[in-house]
Amino acid sequence: MSLENHWSNTVFDLICKQDISIVSFVPDAGLSQLIELCVAHEGIQTVRLASEEEGVALAMGTWLGGKKSLLLMQSSGVGNCINMFSMLTSCQVPLPMLVTMRGDWGEFNPWQVPMGQGSEHVMKEMGVTTFRAKKNDEVAECTEGAIRLAFNTYRPTAVLIDQRVLGAKTFGR
Amino acid sequence: MTLLDRRQVVKRLLEPRSALLVVAGLGAPAWDITAAGDHPLNFPMWGGMGGALATGLGLALAQPTRRVLVVTGDGELLMGLNSLATIGVVQPANLAITVLDNEVYGETGKQKTHTGFGVDLSAVASACGFKNSSIITHESELTSLKKEVDGSGLIFAQVKVDLKSDELVLPPRDGPLLKNRFREALLGDRCHFSN
Repeated sequence: MSLENHWSNTVFDLICKQDISIVSFVPDAGLSQLIELCVAHEGIQTVRLASEEEGVALAMGTWLGGKKSLLLMQSSGVGNCINMFSMLTSCQVPLPMLVTMRGDWGEFNPWQVPMGQGSEHVMKEMGVTTFRAKKNDEVAECTEGAIRLAFNTYRPTAVLIDQRVLGAKTFGR
Repeated sequence: MTLLDRRQVVKRLLEPRSALLVVAGLGAPAWDITAAGDHPLNFPMWGGMGGALATGLGLALAQPTRRVLVVTGDGELLMGLNSLATIGVVQPANLAITVLDNEVYGETGKQKTHTGFGVDLSAVASACGFKNSSIITHESELTSLKKEVDGSGLIFAQVKVDLKSDELVLPPRDGPLLKNRFREALLGDRCHFSN
């Protein structure tokens, strides 16, 4: 896909339009373009996390301080967040998240599969409302809905971006 | 060596109360800030162990003109040690972190934590890029610590405290209440009307 049509551009516009000023992330190949756009933008403070759960706690603090944040991560990072999600659900704190999938369609690495298959389940169990984007043009649509739902109804939400959108990592096999 | 009393330390930091925004890690630090006087700009945590520093970082980034103090314990910090690295990269100049280090998990039966075996949290903070990182062991150091906490710059202070169990002074447990009263005190009524 050409860079011009990449979902990252539309999602980045949504971030700006929805007044999200703090974006935290643990990188993933599928997120690299969006991360670059956020890092390059003066109006957005980016925070590179050492572990995804920091981004959940960070969102608690940004919301206490009156700012909106967004968390970007790979599906394996969902497992690192489980206990920290309890803070958002207990305090009714909004946080939209974008989760790029591993361990799903076309996966090469067997060790990615358990967490990939479990990601949506554990998020739901912890009170995160989830949406799945299976096609390129569904990413922005799901993200807009997830951002609105999060900040209008005070809850964590997540868009899980399918490997059919991202392309499965093949290690050349 | 006589170790410091955690309640006295926190009281010295919060009295008189400056314009500080205060986040406390779960357990004893949350009771300590409450014992010093419940305040709408206190955010005592009842869960999310390991998340106090990152919560403080989020608040510091959202409110760059306000001073943020995180009060937490050694066990809580050890669970989110990676946040020292994250904060070291961001270098927020309005964030002060004090760790009340009694070298045990006080709430669960006083089992020793890593600091009880010599893990040096202030050295970890220094290695993560905190230029002002110290170990506080004496009462005479609290006056300058209070000044630094109320002042400016990123600071990390590991305060060695005794093992004494204090009376429980519990803050409200209702998460939405803690969140909303904090936001209202900081942002005004308008926070309920717009996002």
